[in-house]
Amino acid sequence: MNLTMVNAPQVRHEAIDTRGIPERVAVRDLDFYYGDSLALKKITLPLYDRKVTAFIGPSGCGKSTLLRVLNRMYDLYPNQRAEGEVMFDGTNILSSRQDVNLLRSRIGMVFQKPTPFPMTIHENIAFGIRLYERLSSKELDQRVEQSLRRAALWDEVKDKLSSSGLSLSGGQQQRLCIARTVAVRPEVILFDEPCSALDPISTARIEELIDELKEDYTIAIVTHNMQQAARVSEFTAFMFLGQLIEFGPTANVFTAPSDKRTQDYITGRFG
Amino acid sequence: MSRSRYAARYRRNRVAMGLSLAATLLGLGWLVVILGALLWNGFSGLSLRVLTEMTPPPGADGGLFNPIVGSLMMTALAVAFGTPVGILAGTYMAEYGRYARTTTVVRFINDILLSAPSIVIGLFVYEVMVARMGHFSGWAGAAALALIVIPVVIRTTEDMLLLVPNALREAATALGMPRAFVIRHVAYRAARAGILTGILLAVARISGETAPLLFTALNNQFWSTNLNAPLASLPVVIFQFALSPYKEWQQLAWTGALIITFAVLALSIAARALVASKRQS
Repeated sequence: MNLTMVNAPQVRHEAIDTRGIPERVAVRDLDFYYGDSLALKKITLPLYDRKVTAFIGPSGCGKSTLLRVLNRMYDLYPNQRAEGEVMFDGTNILSSRQDVNLLRSRIGMVFQKPTPFPMTIHENIAFGIRLYERLSSKELDQRVEQSLRRAALWDEVKDKLSSSGLSLSGGQQQRLCIARTVAVRPEVILFDEPCSALDPISTARIEELIDELKEDYTIAIVTHNMQQAARVSEFTAFMFLGQLIEFGPTANVFTAPSDKRTQDYITGRFG
Repeated sequence: MSRSRYAARYRRNRVAMGLSLAATLLGLGWLVVILGALLWNGFSGLSLRVLTEMTPPPGADGGLFNPIVGSLMMTALAVAFGTPVGILAGTYMAEYGRYARTTTVVRFINDILLSAPSIVIGLFVYEVMVARMGHFSGWAGAAALALIVIPVVIRTTEDMLLLVPNALREAATALGMPRAFVIRHVAYRAARAGILTGILLAVARISGETAPLLFTALNNQFWSTNLNAPLASLPVVIFQFALSPYKEWQQLAWTGALIITFAVLALSIAARALVASKRQS
């Protein structure tokens, strides 16, 4: 074992052979601008089907920006634009012909701060479903239950579905947001530092959840916590100053990084 | 730290606190005196008759029924017309045009309108409506009041929508919701209490306005609900009766003033209660 790597976090998943695993999303030569300043430079990386990919790097390196390109969230703001290609299901989602609302129903997102809507727990979940599907109220209730079970929240809220989503604790609210995202049945789920506002127990629950969700969903997660990246992901992308420095199986990136900067970052020497 | 420095600071603090307290009492004192005078003079005239009978000729008994109805009609019309315009404009400014230059310009103009003397608005409506129609009318009065409602509602709607965290909009958008849907079902819902408060405050503001009605709705001594003719209103009747030499009229003016004040007070309390209930949930 490389002696300089003793500070690196423990990795959970063995390095995977990527041959035969389809790329669910493929980012190619992506540049991103905030006004005139270039925030992402020629990023190229895949998100493998039903695997967890972690984006790590110091603050301001562009990892959240990259995540927000994948569901065109940046469209909400003027002066932000992306150039390059993000291929999803055979089309470039950066194209102006892409229906962004449809895209966002297929690529869901969970945010840093839990953001329940100001409505009941049931409504919080049913709301998104009704946008794209017409279900009977029985089917709807079933889907709500199924989504809450999927987010490991059902047992805690089944008796108070009609109370406000804001009445839940922070960790429960975040699981409600995950349930809400899952309810729409997306194919990809983007997690933007989903645990940074949560206590360690809630964090552990969310991590377990991500582990279960990857059976059905392709997952990308931005995290500041390298232990978390090592625990939950099969692939890791290390970013620095808007560039992708290293991408590969988490086991390789964390035990035998090919770039000095990656090594310094994951061993805690900077960042 | 020396003891004497502490003592000096302690004394300075006492002096500053004493002055603040005195200023507060002075300011609030006048309010208490005004309310007291209103109650003292107005309460004795309060009876069922005030609410059911027409304004009397000099020297006779009567009530304030026609001006109360006239005020309610014009206020309702002004709110019915001004609120949608104000909410839609505020929505544009906070949601669609948040980063647009138009919004900055509109906000600036709106702020001017917000603080424009209401007599100017009355004169404007006189010029645009009354002069052209050839007569004073309830419609003109309602239009003048609506022009006062609009900037208030625009301002509160924009402010309240800006208070809705962007994270909430992003979360809704991330589920694939179109923008109009996000605004109607998430942003409005989150800002509902604040926007309603703005409307109530606008109602409170216009229910005491006299100047814009003097040139538009004028007044009517007789029972009339015709919006195409001069229409009575409480503020104008108070103005006319208070300046008259007749005892009965002066008494009715006091009573009318009391009614308006308590209506406004009730609206303000309702507005505060709304905000408080929002904070709790």
